[in-house]
Amino acid sequence: MLIRKPSDIKSSEITPESVYLNRRSFIRGAGSIAGAAASLLVPGSAAALATDPKASGETLDKISETAFSTEEALTPWKDVIRYNNFYEFGTNKRDPYDNAQDFKPRPWTIKVIGECEKPGDLDLEDFLKPHALEERIYRLRCVEAWSMVVPWVGVPLAPILKRFEPTSKAKYVAFRTLFNPGQMPGQKVPVLDWPYVEGLRIDEAMHPLTIFAVGLYGRVLPNQNGAPIRLVVPWKYGFKSIKSIVTIRFTEEEPPTSWNVAAPHEYGFYRDA
Amino acid sequence: MTQLQLVERVLKPAVFIIALIPFAYLLWGFFTGGIGANPVNEFIRETGLWGLRLLLLTLCVTPLRRITGWNPIIKFRRMLGLYAFFYSALHLIAYLIFEAELSLVYVIKDAVYRMYITVGWIGLLPLVPLAVTSTDGMLRRLGGKRWQQLHRLVYVAAVASVGHYLLLVKADLRDPLFYLAVFLLLMLLRLPPVARQLSGLRSSESGRAAKGIR
Ligand code: HEM
Repeated sequence: MLIRKPSDIKSSEITPESVYLNRRSFIRGAGSIAGAAASLLVPGSAAALATDPKASGETLDKISETAFSTEEALTPWKDVIRYNNFYEFGTNKRDPYDNAQDFKPRPWTIKVIGECEKPGDLDLEDFLKPHALEERIYRLRCVEAWSMVVPWVGVPLAPILKRFEPTSKAKYVAFRTLFNPGQMPGQKVPVLDWPYVEGLRIDEAMHPLTIFAVGLYGRVLPNQNGAPIRLVVPWKYGFKSIKSIVTIRFTEEEPPTSWNVAAPHEYGFYRDA
Repeated sequence: MTQLQLVERVLKPAVFIIALIPFAYLLWGFFTGGIGANPVNEFIRETGLWGLRLLLLTLCVTPLRRITGWNPIIKFRRMLGLYAFFYSALHLIAYLIFEAELSLVYVIKDAVYRMYITVGWIGLLPLVPLAVTSTDGMLRRLGGKRWQQLHRLVYVAAVASVGHYLLLVKADLRDPLFYLAVFLLLMLLRLPPVARQLSGLRSSESGRAAKGIR
């Protein structure tokens, strides 16, 4: 495992390591874009979407497949929804499943601020409306040495972020989770400096593999998996993929990130999986 | 039935079986998926926790004896200590098979580079001579005094086990701090003046009771 310190990375050196994780998919992607562009562009080719007979919850429609996925065996629904690190609902793996069921992911407003021409407060529906949902099957790796393969449903970050017209000063994007100890009982305990915050360099955020997920297994994202909207950055460890996002801030300075604040030596800003 | 017979024929077999329940549950859960999406880690963590709990329970015996004055309680100490060793050994075996994949190089590197693993070994290794010398025969061969000195290693094991837990937890220190508090309390009760008080409490009370003073 290669862990580089931020200072070792020039800002001109743009994250090619993402290609590592999904290199096969890229090759496959390139072929199918040329050959069968139609299936990529037309939403609703739902027949081949990942399913699990045990999955429950409201289904999402108009999901298109994309080539940016791995072909590894999927982790079953029952495990994806019962084995989560989401300290806002407790620090044991099953706590989020047990404690997030009453969480209210709607209505939901996302605040976009900082170095951009068009900041604003948007209702989640408006935030997502112009964009088509895609399925992305990614391996999620945790620093705790486990991983799972999850069929997310979401939207690439790049076109969303561009709508807000980030300025030339926007070198980073910072994200923040909802702070609401009434709904997120784990926030009553100061195990981390709440609310949870994370950040990406702008090129990482704009990378075609980086998405906002709003669902999994073709269904609305369960609360314990970060409802209603979470980040997924497949070449980074799971702690980067911040959940239940309420604020997006473009910034010139490297933003603080929760685990980095808690344990700087173990969770570098640029820690790749 | 005398009290000793009650202990030997009923209570000890009962404790023997109860202490096997976590093992049975983990074994069942490991093979059926009943312990969740990451059975290896769950098995490692639960055996570690039971090892620690049983070690601290073992350390409860002497203070409880002083406080209650009920001497037959000492008969449970060896069994609890051996169970602490049993669960710690399962913990280590699972680690060796599934995390280290039986690579000696991995085990050594891990013990050198990961502080909590180093401390884990310091928690486990002292339990080995204690288990080996736990029999009556060994006690006789060593002689009470030397046996007792040797068995003070249990404090090393307990400190290191709690330290191991404190070191490995990522952010939520509440559980390991709870075990640390229990350990510190058990140590406090062993300080000679405190221990004397505890025994004295009992003997003066029973003394008075014997004389019919209430
Ligand atoms: C050779 C010595 C040991 C090794 C290699 C070892 C290894 C480990 C490993 C790999 C974990 C899992 C950490 C994780 O999930 O992140 C763990 C957890 C743990 N171990 Fe050990 N361990 C050792 C000795 C001990 C001993 C002697 C005890 C206590 C009697 C103990 C008690 C625990 C506890 C309480 C946990 C945490 C359980 C939890 O997270 O809830 N370990 N150990």
